Amino acid sequence: MHAIWVISKREFNSFFDSLVSYIFIVVFLGVGGFFTWLFGSDIFLIGQATLQPFFSIAYFTLFFFIPALTMRMLAEEKRIGTLELLLTKAVSDWQVVIGKFLACLILISVALALTLPYYITVWALGPIDHGAVWCGYFGMILMSMAYIAIGLFASSITNNQIVSFLLALFIGVFFLIIFDVLAGSFTGTIGQILNFLSMSTHFDSISRGVIDSRDLIYFFSITFLGLMLAETSLSKRNIVE
Amino acid sequence: MSIVVNNLTKKFGSQRAVDNISFEVKTGEILGFLGPNGAGKTTTMKILTCYMAPSDGDAKINDLSILEYQDEIKKKIGYLPENNPLYHDMPVLDYLKFVADLQGVPKERIQNRITQMVHVCGLNVEKHKKIGELSKGFRQRVGLAQAMIHDPEILILDEPTTGLDPNQIVEIRKLIKEIGKHKTVILSTHILPEVEATCDRILIINKGKIVADGTSDMLRKRARGEEMVRIQIKDFENRDTVVTALKNLASVAIVDFVKELPDSFLVTSKENQNSRKDIFKLCVQKNWVLTEMTPIETKLEDIFRELTTN
Repeated sequence: MHAIWVISKREFNSFFDSLVSYIFIVVFLGVGGFFTWLFGSDIFLIGQATLQPFFSIAYFTLFFFIPALTMRMLAEEKRIGTLELLLTKAVSDWQVVIGKFLACLILISVALALTLPYYITVWALGPIDHGAVWCGYFGMILMSMAYIAIGLFASSITNNQIVSFLLALFIGVFFLIIFDVLAGSFTGTIGQILNFLSMSTHFDSISRGVIDSRDLIYFFSITFLGLMLAETSLSKRNIVE
Repeated sequence: MSIVVNNLTKKFGSQRAVDNISFEVKTGEILGFLGPNGAGKTTTMKILTCYMAPSDGDAKINDLSILEYQDEIKKKIGYLPENNPLYHDMPVLDYLKFVADLQGVPKERIQNRITQMVHVCGLNVEKHKKIGELSKGFRQRVGLAQAMIHDPEILILDEPTTGLDPNQIVEIRKLIKEIGKHKTVILSTHILPEVEATCDRILIINKGKIVADGTSDMLRKRARGEEMVRIQIKDFENRDTVVTALKNLASVAIVDFVKELPDSFLVTSKENQNSRKDIFKLCVQKNWVLTEMTPIETKLEDIFRELTTN
């Protein structure tokens, strides 16, 4: 546990050592704020005290930003060789993967926490469904976990950051759009399966304020699968033929 | 802390990077790992540091197998990989703290260890800089400092002196020798004088196999069984008489002229015999003046070339 924390702390600090975290937070808040308050189907257009517009835009911004955060995490370390140094210290492959996962999750939580003023403002504007807001945030965290895990997996199989970024987007886009679109054109069991695989099905139900065990299982499964594949890909070097 | 390697093999596809090697390193020994590029030095080190599992065979570090007790072993080993990979965006002190933390150095000792390492590795001037801003030599020192920060019982150094200037090389060698008094050190290098200067024992490896194992003296003996001396003699009448007289000595096998030096000769003794005494006595008897007698040592370079080229 200690090792995981040490790795997380270093990763988290390295976000702030470079400009990555600042750019991420500024753009995330900027884009989120712009579409929540000023443009498109913003709060004033809907005329309801709800954070739904913010959640639906964050749903897309996180899809793009998370691969950008995770792309270098393992790929870059592999490229410059620091991964070798890290893995010959008293840490396991799991600890490295989880440590990096947590660092990224904490950064996103910080960014989400910085949107709390939106919540307070909307609350001041009218009667707000507090349950739905907190569930929305919870859904954001769950979704981020899934994307981070996918991003880490993409980062673990290459030592090129661009490849890692594009691969994470490619895998992510299935969960974001493709399964959803396909689900519409199939009926029966296949349609149901595709519908279940689509992230929007689960995210929508959570952000409406309904926390169902099926949704939790869905997000936790993707997260676990992504992290497990990342770990497997790291420990590939240990395979005895 | 002893290291025992047993029939270690690592295959990459069909290529055998390390081919069934076995050796031992005793506590307090400095072992020099020599070999041409691609001989399998780095792979062996990666296996010993538990970065990679071997395809076959085993290595035991203080009777703990690298296949089972990786966590315990990793804590006891300090490793400086080839090319010295470091996080360039981290300041030196933060980085050392990170490594110490990771290696489980108790919190109250971390500061103490960092101060010590900064002192030992001569990092005091540069300690607040980011690693990326340091020169190659200083980065190498940071690499050494991180390898030793948890006071490991075994140090594995992959080409520790590359990129250092001659003064730094001497310092680092001195440091390694100092550490080697109490600890087990394995170091790999291409620089042959370095092995002679620092190592107690040399292991030469070629194409994944061990081709020589012993002290530098033992290797020399093995490479050339007979002793060879160069002598210079003054006040003789005829070169041929000198050669004949030398050849007639019981312990002498071959006598050669030295090019461009008419009064010098190369005398090779018979196997396991020493001819220096006889040469001296001969000169006294014949009234020749012996002005030089130099034993000719086989250079480690020659041994290395002989063993690693077919």
